[in-house]
Amino acid sequence: MKKLITLIVLFTSTVVSAGTLVVNSNQSGESSKAAFDAYVDAFRAAHPEVTVVVNEFEHEAYKTAIRNFLTAEAPDVAIWFAGNRMKFFVDQNLFQDVSDVWADADLNDSMASTKGSLTVDGKQYGVPWGYYQWGVYYRKDLFDNLGLNVPRNWEEFKWVCAMLKKNGITPITIGTKYLWTAGGWFDYLNLRINGYQFHMDLTAGKVSYEDPRLDATFAAWRELIDPGYFLEDHASFSWQDAQAPQINGEAAMYLIGNFYVPTLESAGIVDKMDFFQFPTIVEGVGVAEDAPTDTMHIPSGAKNVEDAKKFLAFMSNKEAATNWATMGGMLSPNKYADKPTNRFSVMGAEMLAAADDIAQFWDRDANPDMAGAAMEGFQEFMVKPDREAKIRARLEKERARIHGPL
Amino acid sequence: MTFWERNQLRLAPFLFLAPAILIFFIYVIYPIFDSIWVSFHEWNGMDKEGTRGNGNPNWRWVGLNNYITLFTDDEEFYVSLFNNIRWLIFSLLAIPIGLMLALFVNQKILGMRYIKSLFYFPFVINAVVIGVIFTWFYNPKYGALAYVLGFFGLDPVPFLADENLATYGIIIASFFPGIAYTMILYITGLTGVSREMIEAGRIDGASGFTMLWNVVLPQLKPATLIAIVVTIVGALRSFDLIAVMTAGGPWGSSEVLAYKMYQESLFNYRMGYGAAIATILFLIMDIYIAWFLYRLFKNERSEK
Repeated sequence: MKKLITLIVLFTSTVVSAGTLVVNSNQSGESSKAAFDAYVDAFRAAHPEVTVVVNEFEHEAYKTAIRNFLTAEAPDVAIWFAGNRMKFFVDQNLFQDVSDVWADADLNDSMASTKGSLTVDGKQYGVPWGYYQWGVYYRKDLFDNLGLNVPRNWEEFKWVCAMLKKNGITPITIGTKYLWTAGGWFDYLNLRINGYQFHMDLTAGKVSYEDPRLDATFAAWRELIDPGYFLEDHASFSWQDAQAPQINGEAAMYLIGNFYVPTLESAGIVDKMDFFQFPTIVEGVGVAEDAPTDTMHIPSGAKNVEDAKKFLAFMSNKEAATNWATMGGMLSPNKYADKPTNRFSVMGAEMLAAADDIAQFWDRDANPDMAGAAMEGFQEFMVKPDREAKIRARLEKERARIHGPL
Repeated sequence: MTFWERNQLRLAPFLFLAPAILIFFIYVIYPIFDSIWVSFHEWNGMDKEGTRGNGNPNWRWVGLNNYITLFTDDEEFYVSLFNNIRWLIFSLLAIPIGLMLALFVNQKILGMRYIKSLFYFPFVINAVVIGVIFTWFYNPKYGALAYVLGFFGLDPVPFLADENLATYGIIIASFFPGIAYTMILYITGLTGVSREMIEAGRIDGASGFTMLWNVVLPQLKPATLIAIVVTIVGALRSFDLIAVMTAGGPWGSSEVLAYKMYQESLFNYRMGYGAAIATILFLIMDIYIAWFLYRLFKNERSEK
């Protein structure tokens, strides 16, 4: 009995004692876990007085768990996403203002490029640790065999698709079972046709889904759907399932994020692959890219705020910032971090540096409720394009319910 | 004699039952009423005192609004309800198939025990694993089904990507463990079938289907009842296979009430709306279980 009591005392004392920093992490993949561990180890070495306790969650389960632990038993640091996903918790007063960390650790300078996505009403509510580009990953060998060049505009893109199709190759692979891949297509078509500001207004619920400006977006999409340029039966495939046709050389292009690269490496086809920026559709529209940013936050219920701020401020450490991002296949938002060496990351960094605007991603920019309903609509449109009017009317009804009348 | 010594025998059963009853109240009864209470509110699952980004409170009384929206303004609700009915009807097919298998393996042949355990095996596998296996099986590009159809010169059928077929595809996957379970129920039932009656039937000239229908089946009635209950309850709470195989898609066409509830409350932050769906599902199950218990008691009374 005595032993049990001492055990309990010991246990509870380690949990509550000052100097213990509890971090909840969603970095559950093999490479991302190693990358995060490297950051934590570097932090431990620099701050030996702080005991860091990491609670690791599975990436998908984390998305629902966070709402419980932020209100019930908040950690000192929580990993999350920038944009609307962060704003949701800021509106609930569940994340703390960390503008002082930005000022003290000079992040205003080193993290300037991503500052906007972490700012609500002029205050910063988190610190970014990594981001990655989206774009078209394609089989260079298939392009070379047919003498195709990288398409720079919409006409060339459609021509490339037609040539691939004619030669028995699926032009574009995609798996829409979990919907978000369709969100990527909508993002790029709409950003290239209607531009960044319109797209942001749409995700904020300020524009009707029946707005005539969206006609062109859906019409362009149809130009790829009607001739059958997308992988057949894509609604049965997850994004991982859709990799197979490309790895087998049956499909040529894949619009996806840079997290695809580790798979290409392990599948042994990385040498046959290359990357290009999503082509221009309407001349004169500013170039915006999807570059989802992953972040760290201090929950309002955090017990050890002082050490939590040290943990966030440690992102100003160039070496630690570099390692965390690059080991997980991401780009570091810290502009003093070492330049990436992986050629896909190099291309991504250049592309994003030249971009006029950066969007997060459909389901990170839009309200979660609306994002889900819309992506279901996009999936349906990709299979049954004739239902466009019905789908858009349904989405508009949903938008009005969530965001109120215009 | 003290009070305790006098009433020991009378009190002991309640004391032993107390922990179970307490846990039952905390984890079953209380959540049911709490869910019903939540279903009359609009709630995003956050601090009940707090406010949303748009200034509205997180927790707000809306009366019957959730139910009104559900019945008058939500097409997906009817899709889910209709899918639940399809599940109810078609998953019952597992019962006759289980009976056939039970009759088949209920023979004294060398090695039959091993065959029995093989047939039972699917029931032991986790539903998620079954879902993954069937997803591969249905894969229209590389799946076994596409291969078999291709062998006969047919085009692959994208079961899980077709809005009309997806639910049936998942129900077929649910047969895999369902048939194994009903088979085991019937095997145990068959051991209780009286030999004398079968012999008497044989003397009266019954054989084959007549024997099965008039002599064996009536004796299997208890097993059949349990099989029906378990299958129907299983059909109503079908969730895991749907989550793994289609995630409710394509575009929500294979959703059922349980899945929609999960989507609305956990992903769309609409706890009140999700609770309203849960309440509807609870009522459907309640009506069914009440009817079932009524029949059970009526039968027992008539037997006495």
